[in-house]
Amino acid sequence: MTTVQERPPASESKPRTIARKRGRITAGGALVYFAAFFLALLWLVPFLWALSTSFKAETEASLGQPIHWLPQDWSLEGYRVLFERGDHVTWMLNSTVVSTIVTVLTLALCVLAAYGFSRLDFPGKKVVYGVIVAGIMIPPQALIIPLFDVVSDLKMVDTYWGLALPQVVAPVMIFILKRFFDAIPRDYEEAATLDGANHLRILWSVILPLSGPILAAVGIFTFIGSWNNFLWPLLVGNDPSIMTLPVGLGVVAGGYGLLYAQNMAAAVLGALPLLIVFMLFQKQIVKGVAGVGLSR
Amino acid sequence: MTTDIKAPDQAPTAEQPPSRTTARAPKRRSWTGLWFVLPFTAVYAVFLLWPMVLGLYYSFTDKSLTGRPVSWIGLANWAEAFADEKAWDSLWNTAWFTILSTPPLVILGLVFALLAHRARKMGWFLRLSFFAPFVIPVSVVTMIWVWMYQPDGGLINHYLAEWGLGGDRLWIFQEDAMGSVVITTVWWTMGFNFLLYLAALQTIPPEVYEAADIDGANWLQKLWSITLPLLRRTTVLVIVLQMIASLRIFDQYYLMAGGGMNLSPENVFIQYMYNSGFVGFRVGYASALSYILFVFILLIAFVQLRLLSRKED
Repeated sequence: MTTVQERPPASESKPRTIARKRGRITAGGALVYFAAFFLALLWLVPFLWALSTSFKAETEASLGQPIHWLPQDWSLEGYRVLFERGDHVTWMLNSTVVSTIVTVLTLALCVLAAYGFSRLDFPGKKVVYGVIVAGIMIPPQALIIPLFDVVSDLKMVDTYWGLALPQVVAPVMIFILKRFFDAIPRDYEEAATLDGANHLRILWSVILPLSGPILAAVGIFTFIGSWNNFLWPLLVGNDPSIMTLPVGLGVVAGGYGLLYAQNMAAAVLGALPLLIVFMLFQKQIVKGVAGVGLSR
Repeated sequence: MTTDIKAPDQAPTAEQPPSRTTARAPKRRSWTGLWFVLPFTAVYAVFLLWPMVLGLYYSFTDKSLTGRPVSWIGLANWAEAFADEKAWDSLWNTAWFTILSTPPLVILGLVFALLAHRARKMGWFLRLSFFAPFVIPVSVVTMIWVWMYQPDGGLINHYLAEWGLGGDRLWIFQEDAMGSVVITTVWWTMGFNFLLYLAALQTIPPEVYEAADIDGANWLQKLWSITLPLLRRTTVLVIVLQMIASLRIFDQYYLMAGGGMNLSPENVFIQYMYNSGFVGFRVGYASALSYILFVFILLIAFVQLRLLSRKED
């Protein structure tokens, strides 16, 4: 009782900012919530419409039918046909394999290199680092033609390695990780050094445990970027058995033509894996965008 | 470059001493660091540096995908590219797309971030709905939008007709469909700018608004004279990143043209380059085009950074 009575006068005596923080509902505040909610709903319309269409029977989904936001006859026909044909599953597996290779290799190679640039001194370091950082400026699309030539000389066309290896070259990740490692105080390593630990040991047991969030951000972004990459897999993974999901959907599924329910079922299934990744790692992704963006 | 070449000869000697010499004094010069850097640098050299050199070389040759012998033709590809009207058209179209898409992408990113910053109790829902499209594969995005853009009874034209905005013109799908590509792109990628702005807003300490609150400033005054100036650095970053991204447009354009939209098939620069190389088999010519794009993007980024960061001072 006493605490309840004590509080209001205390807050009244403080400036207005405090009162607002307590969550007093103003007309302006309500308007903000309403506008935000409306826009968010509008932004979801394409998803909702695709979802709704995917659960319709082909006849109800076709053009010229009246618009029903909820299917009149719920049908899984679109999904059934998709799974029967099976190529969607193949593309999904290919995307998983390629994105996993890219993510694991990017993390491993970039962490090693960033540690080298941050903590070790060797002849030519500045030149090598400069050349790598300059690579951030190069738009990957401008390189695809000679890159295709290199990859085909290496006999990697239509292979997982041909799809994955060129995507491992992510100079911006080196830059981000090096900056992060630079900011870790050296005191932590000194004890380990006195114990006679070598650099791999220091990296593994001192630096990496302190780098959890940045590693998560780099890993998630690499995975999403690789999963969604379109132009390179379109070029180098032309064989239907090696196609990634975006290429398969774009090239093959585009030919489903007027079967919109099936089309939207493919779209929903195509969106699902990364939507799940996003919902699981929302916090890391939001922080990561901030970190990646603001550090540039 | 010389150090690059020297490195491998010297490397073997580095193998014995590292554990002893470097463990004690991390900052002393030794070759150990090279082993850490080497794996990435090797991949980088093979898949980025070498293609760059190769592309420059090809641009001076008549290299073809058909594999016939390559001969040096000097500046012929470059001269042809500069006189190629189709190349200029596609470059202009790319620029036009950039001009149309950048302002809504930046402004909506800012507005949505301001809303989400205020409406904190819905934060999770807003972040989900504004950013989720960004993680979706481009082919899914275009499949959904081409379906919504369909002329006879597609969702958008259905409502436009119902509200008396479409009539028989069905403008959203006809004639020049560039506007449709812009709308789709805004929906797809706005979330990235949204998150950059949101993160920047969260770094503004609430105390900076206190004086304004005491003076009785309204939200518009606070937005104009406190929030926006504090966001200037972010805005510079967002605009530069956005323009570079827009200039690289290919994926959604290619897929929407393939999905039956009314787009000229060679209308953006990367597509023109791609077609020259992989449909016309002219790798040499396509390489010259790549370099023109590359220089163009670098120039724009450089000029923007110069202009925008000067304004900041």
